[in-house]
Amino acid sequence: MTTAATKSTAHSIVEASPRAKAFASGLVILYAVITILPLLWIVATAFKSQSDAIAYPPKVIFEPTLEGYVNLFTVRTRQTPDFIAKLPPPQTWYDKLVRQRDMVIAGPSKVVPRFVNSLIIGFGSTFLAVFLGTLAAYAFSRFRIPLADDLLFFILSTRMMPPVAVAIPIYLMYRQLNLTDTRLGMILLYTAVNVSLAVWLLKGFIDEIPREYEEAALVDGYTRLQALRKVVLPQAVTGIAATAIFCLIFSWNEYAFAVLLTSGEAQTMPPFIPFIIGEGGQDWPAVAAATTLFVVPIVMFTVLLRKHLLRGITFGAVRK
Amino acid sequence: MAQIRIENLRKSFDQFTAVEGSTFTIDDGTFFAMLGPSGCGKTTTLRMIAGLELPTEGKILLDGEDVTFHRAAARDIAFVFQLFALYPHMNVGENIGFPLKCQGMGRREIRERVQETARMLRIEHLLSRKTSKLSGGDRQRVALGRAMVRRPKAFLMDEPLGALDAEFRHLMCGELRDLHDRIKATTVYVTHDQLEAMSMADQIAVMNKGRVEQIGTPQEVYDRPASMFVADFIGSPPMNFLRFEGGLRSGDRTVSFHDTRLAVPEIREDRGNAPLALGVRPEHIRFADAGAVRGEVFGAEYLGTTQIVTVDTAYGRVAARLSSSASVRIGENIGLEFNAERLALFDVGSGLAIRTANGEGPRHG
Repeated sequence: MTTAATKSTAHSIVEASPRAKAFASGLVILYAVITILPLLWIVATAFKSQSDAIAYPPKVIFEPTLEGYVNLFTVRTRQTPDFIAKLPPPQTWYDKLVRQRDMVIAGPSKVVPRFVNSLIIGFGSTFLAVFLGTLAAYAFSRFRIPLADDLLFFILSTRMMPPVAVAIPIYLMYRQLNLTDTRLGMILLYTAVNVSLAVWLLKGFIDEIPREYEEAALVDGYTRLQALRKVVLPQAVTGIAATAIFCLIFSWNEYAFAVLLTSGEAQTMPPFIPFIIGEGGQDWPAVAAATTLFVVPIVMFTVLLRKHLLRGITFGAVRK
Repeated sequence: MAQIRIENLRKSFDQFTAVEGSTFTIDDGTFFAMLGPSGCGKTTTLRMIAGLELPTEGKILLDGEDVTFHRAAARDIAFVFQLFALYPHMNVGENIGFPLKCQGMGRREIRERVQETARMLRIEHLLSRKTSKLSGGDRQRVALGRAMVRRPKAFLMDEPLGALDAEFRHLMCGELRDLHDRIKATTVYVTHDQLEAMSMADQIAVMNKGRVEQIGTPQEVYDRPASMFVADFIGSPPMNFLRFEGGLRSGDRTVSFHDTRLAVPEIREDRGNAPLALGVRPEHIRFADAGAVRGEVFGAEYLGTTQIVTVDTAYGRVAARLSSSASVRIGENIGLEFNAERLALFDVGSGLAIRTANGEGPRHG
């Protein structure tokens, strides 16, 4: 009796019963479907025609077309069939596609420059935030700094307000400094927001690295900065990767400041996407196409750093 | 190789004073142990010598050169940490060669020096291994290798055996001393383990509350402790203290201990009436019916060749080390006799030893 009870307890702790496993797998699959479905729907919508995209009831089976992507990348004008007939024959597949709908391509749309803006601002601010964050976190972790706790709290307090609450002061300040609608302005703004997160996350990671490592390097002939670069950073890679992903996700997706502070030159994808207008309103396939492309870099970045991310998030949970 | 001189070294952190004005010299080629309980300032002193901590006051001289505020790297000193601090992203060979790489030495020369060092420590077969795959002892050897490879002026070791299990610690003690005998480098070794310090060191500095209480050879600190702290800290079980009140006169060979007189080594200083303590090592106690101090056996601890017998006396509990063949019954009333030549006397007020023919030598730190 006793042995049986002991056995079943041990069993339940070490390995789940097949039924529990099946139930857990079912839950995980259900959750995956719920989260992935909207994304799949977006990807599918990008390949629909405008009428299929707004059809009711929604169409699951449809004839795929690249119209959405073509619309996203081009600016078109409607012409009379006579005018189009007079034109030389279409040179490319997308010319042909557009002319079937009595339109001609007038030029490229703004999507590429907007995407480039997003890349520069997103990665630029991430780099800066992680760079500054690492230095600050290292200092907080290793040196006796007067009022260190107060300073750390102050740094964190910059994140306690919703960004919109400070939007207007920042807008006025940026106008004075001629930073509105500039990439530099957006990089600085996102860096300022992210650096607090970076300091806090990285401090935790650096605290976990025994200081003996740097001290050994200091005694062996390195300067403080060399020791940081050659000894501490290689061991903090996990934390840096995790921090970089969080920073990038924020600055990549940020909408409120981008709407307020950018209109032309420095506009990023988030404020651009919702205003992709086609004939007679929102061009949903083009919006879906833009969204699909918008998601790609962050997915790639996350997949590349996945190994570090997984270790990074659980880092310090268990003493090694 | 170098002589290390410490002058009035003091270090305080905010309110707390970790090291208070110690002055001493570590001669070239000496194996010097700093021994004391945790928080006594030994590690802080070592870190100041290394340049990892800057002193609040005082001077550190290396071969006569004032290096007090030099960068750690500029002192040409090697440091061995308790946690070894082997770089996890480098293999064994890279770890050992790291200090040379820092100095910008050529790749071929680094390889030769690493090989030579590894041969000395008998870890040549491990050079391409990952450090995380090594046993504690091998990690310690790699850490030593990293210290040796640069042929520094001095080695500083902060409880380097603290992370090893007891069996290995004993083995490494032998290896460390053997290594020291071969390369004759000035070594400063911090430990809280008296056995390590006694078995390896040429000189021991016993520290307490930021002060050096005594510096001497292992024999000196054991046989002629300069203070009650040292007498109590060194030896297992520690020295017994039997308290009494009395005055002393230079030249006396006995003291009046409560209502009897006890033979002691010839006293070399005069003292007015004051609370005193008689210090007796457990091995200098014999059981004898004629003994001046009587007590009741409280318990016996069998240790193989000897046994530690604790006896309750009117002056406190006393531990005696007897041959394990001696038969002792608990509760038995016995007399204790002391080996007069080896007794120590202390002034309870200051805690310092009183000069006697036996305790002539001790230097106060």
